[in-house]
Amino acid sequence: MDRYTTATLRVNGQDLQVVFPTHHTLLEVLREECGLTGTKHGCELGECGTCTVLVDGEPVLSCLALTAEMEGRSIETVEGLQDGNELHPLQAAFADLGAAQCGYCTPGMLMTATALLAENDDPSADEIRTALAGNLCRCTGYHKIIEAVEWAAGVVRGDAGAGPAREVLFGSSVPGEGS
Amino acid sequence: MGAHPHVGAGVLRNEDPQLLTGRAIFVDDVHLAGTLHAAFLRSDFAHGRLLSVDTSAAKRREGVIAVYTAEDLGDYWCHGPLLVPPPPIAGLTFNTATLVPLARDRVVHVGEPIAVVVAESRYIAEDALEDIVVDIEPLPVVVGLEEALAPDSPVIHEALGTNVAAHVVQQKGDYEAARGDAHTVVSRKFSYDRGVAGAIENRGILADWNARNEELTVWDTTQAPIPIRNGLAERLGLLQSQVRVVAPFLGGGFGPKMMMFYPEELLIPWISMRLERPVKWIEDRAESFFATTNERLQLHEAELAVDSEGRILGVKDVFLHDSGAYDPYGITVPINTQCTLLGPYRVPNYYSEFTAVFTNKTIVTPVRGAGRQHGVFVMERLLDFAAKELGIDRVEIRKRNFLTPDEFPHDHEILFQDSAPLVYDSGDYLPAMEKAAEMIGYRKFLDEEQPKARAEGRRLGLGIVSYVEGTGIGPYEGARVSVEPSGKVQLATGVGTQGQGHFTTFAQIVADQLGVDVTDVHVVTGDTREFSWGTGTFASRGIVVAGSACHEAAIVVRKRILSVASEALEAAEDDLELADGVVRVKGSDLSISLGELAVRANPLRGAVAAGAEPGLEATSYFGPARGTTASGVHAMIVEIDPETLEVSIQRYVVVHDCGRLVNPVIVDGQIHGGVAHGIGNAFFEELVYDDQGQLLNASFMDYLLPTATDVPHMEVAHVETPSPLNPLGVKGVGEAGAIPVGALYAQALEDALQGAVEIREIPLSPGRLFDLVQDAEADS
Ligand code: FES
Ligand code: FES
Repeated sequence: MDRYTTATLRVNGQDLQVVFPTHHTLLEVLREECGLTGTKHGCELGECGTCTVLVDGEPVLSCLALTAEMEGRSIETVEGLQDGNELHPLQAAFADLGAAQCGYCTPGMLMTATALLAENDDPSADEIRTALAGNLCRCTGYHKIIEAVEWAAGVVRGDAGAGPAREVLFGSSVPGEGS
Repeated sequence: MGAHPHVGAGVLRNEDPQLLTGRAIFVDDVHLAGTLHAAFLRSDFAHGRLLSVDTSAAKRREGVIAVYTAEDLGDYWCHGPLLVPPPPIAGLTFNTATLVPLARDRVVHVGEPIAVVVAESRYIAEDALEDIVVDIEPLPVVVGLEEALAPDSPVIHEALGTNVAAHVVQQKGDYEAARGDAHTVVSRKFSYDRGVAGAIENRGILADWNARNEELTVWDTTQAPIPIRNGLAERLGLLQSQVRVVAPFLGGGFGPKMMMFYPEELLIPWISMRLERPVKWIEDRAESFFATTNERLQLHEAELAVDSEGRILGVKDVFLHDSGAYDPYGITVPINTQCTLLGPYRVPNYYSEFTAVFTNKTIVTPVRGAGRQHGVFVMERLLDFAAKELGIDRVEIRKRNFLTPDEFPHDHEILFQDSAPLVYDSGDYLPAMEKAAEMIGYRKFLDEEQPKARAEGRRLGLGIVSYVEGTGIGPYEGARVSVEPSGKVQLATGVGTQGQGHFTTFAQIVADQLGVDVTDVHVVTGDTREFSWGTGTFASRGIVVAGSACHEAAIVVRKRILSVASEALEAAEDDLELADGVVRVKGSDLSISLGELAVRANPLRGAVAAGAEPGLEATSYFGPARGTTASGVHAMIVEIDPETLEVSIQRYVVVHDCGRLVNPVIVDGQIHGGVAHGIGNAFFEELVYDDQGQLLNASFMDYLLPTATDVPHMEVAHVETPSPLNPLGVKGVGEAGAIPVGALYAQALEDALQGAVEIREIPLSPGRLFDLVQDAEADS
């Protein structure tokens, strides 16, 4: 039967000792052994981006990463994004703009976007689109996700004027309302 | 803010704190100790006689607990339910072939389950699939729709003796007579193919039979937990109260997660009961392409008869519809096509005939739009061709044929998918068209931008099309609203939710009646233990039907609150107001909180008056006689690379009317997602089958969902024509965005290619466009 490996993983800043079947992917170990089910999966073949986590700050498809190779590296998942009760600016922007619908692709989107903002805190819409091109979403058409990343980037930069236009926040204009 | 501060506002979503932090529980997130894992052996052949299945080696593999084939199911093996019986249309032919849990003597599509292995881990279960020896004698495969009807075609369901799944004629007026009076008749053939729903979360089921208290709990990625609970209880010989079906957070639905009674859905609970262990099955992506239902091809031969001014005299449409291997969902998809084709137009004479055909391919059931796309494509294309022939502007020909507000309710004299007459409840189409034309800059584009671009060698094109969508059908939904001693409100409904924002929109509706914050209304959906009656989330009906039930229940609770408060505060009900979680005597500081009232309504001592009910609680149901009709206009500008025929969308405009908006942010999101799905359908996604019924592109590497770089920024505006059929005036919106996109692409691309080609098919791609252009050049 299965061979097991013992390793210490650094997940969201904490060292976790885990025992897992040696062939299990990082996705499986995060979800099963670590109890961190926030990371989702849509294909387990490296085709959808849903399982994206950060390893040493870089986005990695956890369904393709072998856990046995993760010892000593820093892993970040959606569960580690918020700071106490404070949402991360990306999470806050997703909420404010309605950028999550079913929310299933969202953890992967958030992690990919986190890596983008760490590298470039003032990305254009096109740069955001390119960065997120490996993360599939079937619900949102990406529209609000892209706006949310743009806005969060402004907040991260400390740009006081950053923020969406009124119609972005409250939905598009309704004729007769006078906007 | 008026009497309804929450309905109409883009309030934050109640579900987001869980979803954005990874705390929300989806089916595969439920981990129970001792869970076994299942894997299905599926047919590699599209059509064949199943001669034998030898599972002995698999059973011997270490870690395998059980293996089942059709034979092992005993009495539990039977054909599944016909989920949607066809409407009572005169002269209709309908042949039923519903799903079986495991193939017994015949396989009829690739991916049909033959055996299931249950093991200590998913790895072991999958490895054990390779130990099973299956002997299938291949039979000739039925792939094409016309071929399926040829007299010498192999027959898929022998007992039926034919590959005809259904034949339906619906008509109004006298098309042939209208044709005789016509100035111009345009007739064409069209093909419209669709693809997968593509929810990012695959299907999954976890069943846990608790033998000690004889209760079965099933976590299921279903859009309709209550029908699944009812069906499982019936099949398993249990009381409904012994079965709890939970559809927790779902990672998208889009149709195929409806009350399907998929083989896996029936088998996993049965296995859990036999083995007395929790059993989990999570579909993988490849399985989703073969074993989750999808939508596919229709072939239309249609004609439009118009007078010299372009006014519609009549439409005739005869089409074939691919049902796939079984037809558990009746004729919902083709009848949607038939009914949606009429669009926002005045069509005095209509003849529509379809034949639904069995083929050796994955089963067809509704996917976001559910056949409506096909109808809109045919009608919009015919109007474009007629406009061209008559030299009438394409916006103008649509305007001339729009139904006007005084023509509602408008009876089309045929039956819709819900068996009710197709009657449009309300609509106002002209303002939406004018608004869309204005937003996209229609005149300026045609008069200035396009000629200028052409002079520079650039190929720009514009498309503008309209559509209606029947939404919000019955039978009914219910809701229970209760105010608790904490002052918070619990709201339970029976529908499932897959990202539509129900935790928020339902809460908005209730919050307005009870004078509380939206965040104080805790919404429970998709758990049969919390609410026992209802159907589910499909056909863009959640906000219309369940939302109205929430509204009605909240009104009853509001009355209760006022009556208890009037006693407590010794004031007349008319002098009371509800706001901020308290009832206050107007113009005084005399008040009492909802929490205190909840305690008073459920006293520990004293008496509850005869006939009175305890608590601040009410359950209401809402069952509309027929659906509401939403509508919209989409417009876009594309640029085509003259060399590669690559298409880029420069602008995309939507003007939509789904009646009163409950939450504009959520509505816009629904439209954005629908449009993206429509773009995929029109230009990226195609299920490619070979002549042996093998799907050649069953992965996200080969079957392309649109990505963030493919979907443009969208400009969305609304017109609000309230529905008279429900107290909120709302109409459904979930499917809308996806419906007109194929028709829009076709018109815009033709325009960009300056009429070099005529586009009568979807999906397109740069490769397909290239072929079309080549063919057209060769012809001329
Ligand atoms: S689950 Fe890892 S890329 Fe799809
Ligand atoms: S929000 Fe549902 S897949 Fe992206």
